[in-house]
Amino acid sequence: MDFPTLLQVLDSTVRLATPLLLACLAGLFSERSGIYDIGLEGKMLAAAFCSAATAAVTGSVWLGLLAGIGGSMLLAGLHGLSAITFRGNQLISGVAINFLAAGLTVVLAQDWFHQGGRTPSLLGGARFEAITLPFAETLRPVPVLGPVYAELISGHTLLVYVAALLVPASWWVLYRTRFGLRLRAVGENPEAVDTAGVSVQATRYAAVAICGLLCGLAGAYLATALQAGFSRDMTAGRGYIALAALIFAKWRPWQALGATLLFGLLQAIALRYQNIELGGVGLPVQVMDALPYILTVVILAGFVGRAIPPRAGGEPYVKER
Amino acid sequence: MSQMPKWADLVLIPLISLIVAALLSALVILGIGEDPVAAVKMMVTGALGSTYAWGYTLYYATNFIFTGLAVSVAFHARLFNIGGEGQATLGGLGVALVCLALPWPHWALALPVAALGAALFGAAWAAIPAWLQARRGSHIVITTIMFNFIAASLLNYLLVNVLRPTGSMDPSTARFADGTHLPTLHDLLAPLGIAFSKAAPANISFLLALAACVAVWMLIWRSRLGYEIRALGHSEPAAIYAGIRPVRTVMWAMLISGALAGLMAVNTVMGEAERLVLNSVEGAGFIGIAVALMGRNHPVGVFLAAILFGFLYQGGAELALWTDIPRELIVVIQALVILFTGALDNMVRMPLERLFLALRKGPA
Repeated sequence: MDFPTLLQVLDSTVRLATPLLLACLAGLFSERSGIYDIGLEGKMLAAAFCSAATAAVTGSVWLGLLAGIGGSMLLAGLHGLSAITFRGNQLISGVAINFLAAGLTVVLAQDWFHQGGRTPSLLGGARFEAITLPFAETLRPVPVLGPVYAELISGHTLLVYVAALLVPASWWVLYRTRFGLRLRAVGENPEAVDTAGVSVQATRYAAVAICGLLCGLAGAYLATALQAGFSRDMTAGRGYIALAALIFAKWRPWQALGATLLFGLLQAIALRYQNIELGGVGLPVQVMDALPYILTVVILAGFVGRAIPPRAGGEPYVKER
Repeated sequence: MSQMPKWADLVLIPLISLIVAALLSALVILGIGEDPVAAVKMMVTGALGSTYAWGYTLYYATNFIFTGLAVSVAFHARLFNIGGEGQATLGGLGVALVCLALPWPHWALALPVAALGAALFGAAWAAIPAWLQARRGSHIVITTIMFNFIAASLLNYLLVNVLRPTGSMDPSTARFADGTHLPTLHDLLAPLGIAFSKAAPANISFLLALAACVAVWMLIWRSRLGYEIRALGHSEPAAIYAGIRPVRTVMWAMLISGALAGLMAVNTVMGEAERLVLNSVEGAGFIGIAVALMGRNHPVGVFLAAILFGFLYQGGAELALWTDIPRELIVVIQALVILFTGALDNMVRMPLERLFLALRKGPA
C-alpha cells in the first residue's frame, strides 16, 4: 500500500469513525449513569431522518441539525420515561425504540416525500460542507506532514471536529465537574447519591438527555454530512457497533476514541478492499464486517482485559421510604 | 402483584396495553392521511378473509411461535435472549445442510433430521453467549446482539463463497430436492375433505410449532429442569441454596431457547423457500420478543400473540399492496406493543393496581 492510498484509507476512517464516536460518547453518558441504552441505533436513525427531512424542506442544514437533535431527544425522553419514571426494563425499552425509529422514519418519509422511504437528495446549504483548515494548501508541498495535514486533518465537515473536541470535553465533564461525579456515582451506587441529597432521577434524566443530544449529532452527521439525505435503515447497525466500542473502551472517553477509530478503520478497509491478502491467506470481506463484534465478545469474555460495566447499570432506582 | 387477581395480571394488562398500542397506531394511520377503519377492514379481509389469507397468517404465526417460545424459555431464567435472529439464521444453515447432504426419498424422513439440524445449529449459536454469561458473567444481551451480526456475516460468507452453486449469481444455495418438500396445509387437509388454498405457504411446520408449545409447557411447569429454570429466574441465591447449579441451568435454558429459535428455519427454509437465501429470518427473531412479552411467557399466550402478529404481518403486507401505507407500519405497531407490554408495563399496571385496591376496600 503506497502513501496516498494509506492517506485515503485513514481519511475515510475518520469519516466513518465520527458517527460511531458520537454515538459511543452518547452511550457513555447514559450507561455511566446506570441506564443501559441499546436504543442508540434507533435514536441515530430518528435523528438522521429528522435532520434530512428538515434540511430538505427548509434548505438549511442548521435547522436540520436542530430537528435531528430534537427527534433523538424525544426518543431519549421516552427511554427515560420508561426506564427512570416507570422503572421498566431498560433493554426492552431500547429494543422498542429501535423498532419505533425503524418503522416510523420509513412510514413518514414515504408519506411526506413519496420516494420509497427516502428523503430528497440534499444540495448546497442543506448539507455540511467540508472545511479547509488554514494553510492546508500552502503546507501541502511539505513532505509527509503536508499531505497528512491537507488530506487527513483538514477537509472534514464541522461535525467531525466537534466530535473530536467532545472527547476531551466528555472527559472533563465526567471527571472534573461536580455533575460528572454525581453522574458516575448514580451509575455505581445510587443510594449513596440519594443519601447525599442529590436527586437520582434528575441526574439520570440529565444523562439520558445528553445521550439524546449526542445521538442527534451522530444521526445528523450521517444524513447531512457523510451522505446527502436519509434512506431506510441508513444507520446499518452503527448504533450496535458504537455499543460494542463502548464496551471495548470500558466506558471511558479517551478509550472510546481509540475503539471507534479502530472500528472505523475496519469499516474503511472493508469498504475499499473486497478481499485482503494477509501472509498468503485471503481474508474475506465478511471477516472485516464481523471483526468489531468478535473483538467485543472476546473483550466481554474477559480473556483480554475484563470489561466491568457500571455497577448499578440496568437497575431502576427505588427510593427508600 | 398481590393487589390484583391473577386474571387481571394475565389478561387485562396485556389487553389494555394492546388497546393503547392499537389506538396509537390508528393515530399514526390518521397522521399519514389514511382511514384507520378502512385499514383494519382491509387487514382483516387480507389476513383472515380466505383460506389463502389464513395460509399466510398461519405461516407467519409459525415463525413467531418458535421465536416467541425461544424468548420465553430464556425469560423464565431471567435471561433476555435477543439473539433469536442469529440463532434462526444458523438454524437455516442446519436445515440447508441436511436437505442438501442426502438424496432424501420422502419428506417424512427428511423432516425429523432437518428439525434436528435446525435445533442443533440454533442451540450451538446460543451456546457461546450462554457459556460466557454463566461462566464469565458477560452480559447475555450484548453477546447475543453481537452474535446476530456475526451470524449474518458468516451466512453471507458461506452463501457467497461456499454454498452458492457454480454459475449462479444469487447468494443462495441450490434448490432442495423434491424429496424434502414439506406438505402444505392444503395437502394435509385435502384427505379430510377440507378445501384449503394451494398457494399459501403454511405447512406441516405449524403442527410442529403446536407440538413445541406443548413441549415447552411440559418443560417449564412439569419437569425438574423447568422448575430449576424458574427457581433460578426468581432468585439466584435461593436457587443455589436449594442445590440448583446455576451454570448448568443457564446453559440448558439458553440451549433450549436457541434450539427453538433455530427450529423456525424448518418453516421458512424447508417449508417455503426450499433453498437457503440471505436474511431468511426477516426479523422474526425480534418479533419473538414482542410475542413473548404479550403472551406473558406462557405457551398459550405465546400461541395467541403469535397468531395476532401473523395477522398483523399478513394484513400489513396487504395494506402495503393496496394502499400507500408502507409495510413498516407493522414495525411501528410491533414497537408500540413491545413498549407498552414490556418497558411501560408499570404505566398500565400502577393505576390498575390502585383501582383494584379501591374496589376491594369499597365493599368491605
